[in-house]
Amino acid sequence: MLKIICPFCGPRNESEFIHGGPLKPRRTDDPGQLSEPQWIEYLTVPPNPIGPIDERWWHVRGCGRWITIRRDTLTHEILESGSDA
Amino acid sequence: MAVDMRCPVGGRLDRTQPIPFRFNGKTYQGFAGDTLASALIANGIYLTARSFKYHRPRGIVGAGYEEPSSLVELIGDEQSGNQSITRIMIRPGLQAKSVNCWPSAAFDLMAVNQMFARMIPAAFYYKTFMWPHWRLYEPSIRRAAGLASAPEQNLHQGRYEVRNAHCDLLVIGAGPAGLIAALYAARNGARVILADDGIEPGGSLLNQNTTIDGMAALDWVDMVITELDTCDNVLRLHEASVWAYREDNLLMISERSPQTEGIFQRGWRVRSAQVLLATGAIERNLVFANNDRPGIMLASAAQGYVNRFAVKPGKHAVIFTNNSSAYRVAADLRKAGIEVQAIIDSRQDIGDRSAALVAGIEIISNHMIVTTHGQRRVKGVTLCDNNSGQARQIDCDLICVSGGWNPTLHLFSQARGKLAWDDGLATFVAAGVSQECVCIGAAAGNFSLPQVFADALCKMRNLLEKLGINVRHEPNLPDCEAEADYAIEPLWHVKCNARLARKSFIDLQNDVTLADVHLSLREGFEAVEHVKRYTTAGMGLDQGKTGNLNVIGAIANATGVEPQAIGTTTFRSPYVPIEFGALSGSREGSVYLPYRHTPITRWHQANGACMYEAGARWRRPGYYPRAGESFQQTVNRESFAVRNNVGVYDGAPLGKFEIKGRDAPAFIEMLYTNNFTNLKTGMGRYGIMLTEDGRILDDGLSFKIADGHYFMSTSTGNADAVNQHMEFFLQTHRPEWQVRITTVTTQWANATICGPRARELLHLLGTDIDLSADEFPFMAMRNGIVAGLPARVCRVSFTGELSFEINVWPRYFRRLWESIITLGQQYEITPIGSEANHVLRVEKGFLSLGHEADATTDPYDLGMGWIMSSSKADFIGKRAVEIRRGANLPRRELVGLLIDDSERLVEENAPITPGGRREKTEGFVTACVWSLVQNRAIALALLMDGRNRIGETVFIRMKDDVVTAQITAPCFHDAAGLRLRN
Repeated sequence: MLKIICPFCGPRNESEFIHGGPLKPRRTDDPGQLSEPQWIEYLTVPPNPIGPIDERWWHVRGCGRWITIRRDTLTHEILESGSDA
Repeated sequence: MAVDMRCPVGGRLDRTQPIPFRFNGKTYQGFAGDTLASALIANGIYLTARSFKYHRPRGIVGAGYEEPSSLVELIGDEQSGNQSITRIMIRPGLQAKSVNCWPSAAFDLMAVNQMFARMIPAAFYYKTFMWPHWRLYEPSIRRAAGLASAPEQNLHQGRYEVRNAHCDLLVIGAGPAGLIAALYAARNGARVILADDGIEPGGSLLNQNTTIDGMAALDWVDMVITELDTCDNVLRLHEASVWAYREDNLLMISERSPQTEGIFQRGWRVRSAQVLLATGAIERNLVFANNDRPGIMLASAAQGYVNRFAVKPGKHAVIFTNNSSAYRVAADLRKAGIEVQAIIDSRQDIGDRSAALVAGIEIISNHMIVTTHGQRRVKGVTLCDNNSGQARQIDCDLICVSGGWNPTLHLFSQARGKLAWDDGLATFVAAGVSQECVCIGAAAGNFSLPQVFADALCKMRNLLEKLGINVRHEPNLPDCEAEADYAIEPLWHVKCNARLARKSFIDLQNDVTLADVHLSLREGFEAVEHVKRYTTAGMGLDQGKTGNLNVIGAIANATGVEPQAIGTTTFRSPYVPIEFGALSGSREGSVYLPYRHTPITRWHQANGACMYEAGARWRRPGYYPRAGESFQQTVNRESFAVRNNVGVYDGAPLGKFEIKGRDAPAFIEMLYTNNFTNLKTGMGRYGIMLTEDGRILDDGLSFKIADGHYFMSTSTGNADAVNQHMEFFLQTHRPEWQVRITTVTTQWANATICGPRARELLHLLGTDIDLSADEFPFMAMRNGIVAGLPARVCRVSFTGELSFEINVWPRYFRRLWESIITLGQQYEITPIGSEANHVLRVEKGFLSLGHEADATTDPYDLGMGWIMSSSKADFIGKRAVEIRRGANLPRRELVGLLIDDSERLVEENAPITPGGRREKTEGFVTACVWSLVQNRAIALALLMDGRNRIGETVFIRMKDDVVTAQITAPCFHDAAGLRLRN
């Protein structure tokens, strides 16, 4: 069980959070501008590295904020924690 | 005749308290302080188990949790399976029996397996019982091979608990290293938890016969414990196994006998700033032919039995070792009155200090045991000179083996600590750490007591500084007896021919032999992880504590690779078997995932409702059977009431949200596929939400309360998912938008009255809302007073009839409901459950998430292309659906089915295939009900190109036959929707 530092609530157990997948760029205001392959890439090819990844967690059983942390997928170490999403 | 193997004096026993107990149907007696193992040894019982696969006679091998061989099942009031014989304290009323033997350990019918041992090597079962399927054979093979059966009832239900704790320092193990470290930390004010697996503290000191600071070692232990127990900053857990090392220094502990009234076991989740692994070391077994007979045990275990329990595991002992530690054992055995026939040492050079410990005992160096003799108990050994091969025999009834020592690094490895090979110790030792933990004492490879203390004190100073603690009190280095340095020459197994290799056991618990490892290598399973899986070595309850390194050594010998290049298998939790109860604590059964109840659950129950789970753990009535009614009669009666008079259902679980803020209109437009811009205040609209990849997430309604303020309802089961979806989009993709989402699911409970007489009933209830169709049209929302209660009334319909959803505060809900039931009598009001609701919505062809709307369908497939706004430039999921449909592939579309055999109901998800043949499906039935309005069985289905095939016949493949049906439009009642707009 990870210890995740929420920028609003401090260090909390992972069980208070829901994992929200890797950080993706802000959704464009007009997906119609993108080519089909570009949009499919955006939707279906999430980053999945062995090593550090920026990812989103939802502090659903806490303050309700979505936060972004940087976590190493190999060691589970949280390298940078707790910025507001 | 009773055998007494008890020494006249000594041991950690209370000889004034004799305790009778039963083992395998016979009554024996031990003393308070005995384990089941020591008490059986005292009674001369040596055959205590049958092996897992071959049912060979087995005895007691260890003295603690490393015991690989003898597992017992507790029976009677304490029924529990697969307990290690060395960890059960005897107590009045204890009843135990050996596992895996029938009818008894001494006379086991399955022992015929031994005769066929040659024919059942590793992986035999998987290779042989392939046709037609392993499943067919598995149950009987498991019965023959299995361990104890699972307890039939949960005897300790409600008597487990789980606690969370935090500390500066968690010390694991109360042996010499752990004790001095805990003392050090305690004196300097650190918050300490000391967890020890043993029945009493002391660790290895309990087995040994030594002094510390001029007193008996165990008196020193008592002194330290006494001081620790006076410290407010120390929490001491005994009989507490630390079984998992998780991320960020979270450790899981199972406390087996907490001294708390009413608590059977307690689980702990401890987050500790620093962890001290004082977990000691475990002795390795030695591998030679017939090394598994009763009477062969680890040297350290034999030492423990004579010193700690004052029992003699045999009268005439032979010691077989490859290292110096067994010499102290020999001295202790001799002191206890056991005749030590010889020490057989595989090494050439013994060293003077070792020899001096055992003056008078014959040391046979440069020899190895090649086989043992005896049937139910060892009677002697044959040994060979390493050089000349010359053999000789020695009679004995006890063989103490020592293959060297492994630091106990299981938890360290779980913490992702790195291991490195140490040539001097011939084992893996802790190298790099990746969490905040330190190994001390024997766990750090210090195998003599002076080293242990020196190591612990040195590391503690650094650790306390790391914790930011100013060190003021340092314990003195305890003074202990000088010991010979640990010396070892690795011996992974005694070399032997193939016949003897089949009887050279590496893993006693799983009956894995040297030959099995060789077979695995021959068949190409060469990596240590593959060898483990092929042979099952290192699996089971003991997890190979005494044998794993010998597997690695055997691979090394066979392949000519160094052990360090082979590496270890992955260390996984739990380190020792633990009970499920200690994981879940009080969260079990009905409270594991508690149900959500509406305010009137008790009314439903009192009125005979059969309660269902309605998604998201909500309990809702399924139907309200009356005496003498069949299920179908009940559902028909409830459906009839809605179609002809008036029914009422409890809609409290419906997901509800208030969406408010300057950008709420834009947000609503992004969420729903259809257009909400022209929605007037006081009106609502049905909408569909998609996920960004085009899946239907939910369907529901949003009412406009005011500009920038909406009341949204979602399906019961998806309320949480919709909440996550909305918050995610808002917070991560449009954080600048000013929108506030408030969940109000449990702020509004609603009773929905539905049926042609719903309006009359609402009048009768008394309301200040104008109910005329012009003033309160379909899809409108009105606030007012209903039945004397403040209410929010929505005119929506999930049944196809005139309906009013009356929302009130939960505290008023029962009053509202009872008013409706009482005043509704004159319209024969009928409470309806989800079964009737299902029939009514299928008759109307209204979609249901998880039935018609699954991950494969889009609104077009459901005949709802109109809901996909073409005027909106963007909404979530728009582009994905466009891309998918742009492929122009044939799609499964929603249709209705009239089953030709009008009485026949087919199962949900029944496949539809061309001509009913065994071919690729072209669709499936999503719902099938008996329709009162049609007076026949009707169904909804998703069918390939369905809308172009109306009027055709489809074939539904059932388990035993094929059912035909006519394709229709997916609506069987009031297609024009006049009734719900009435």
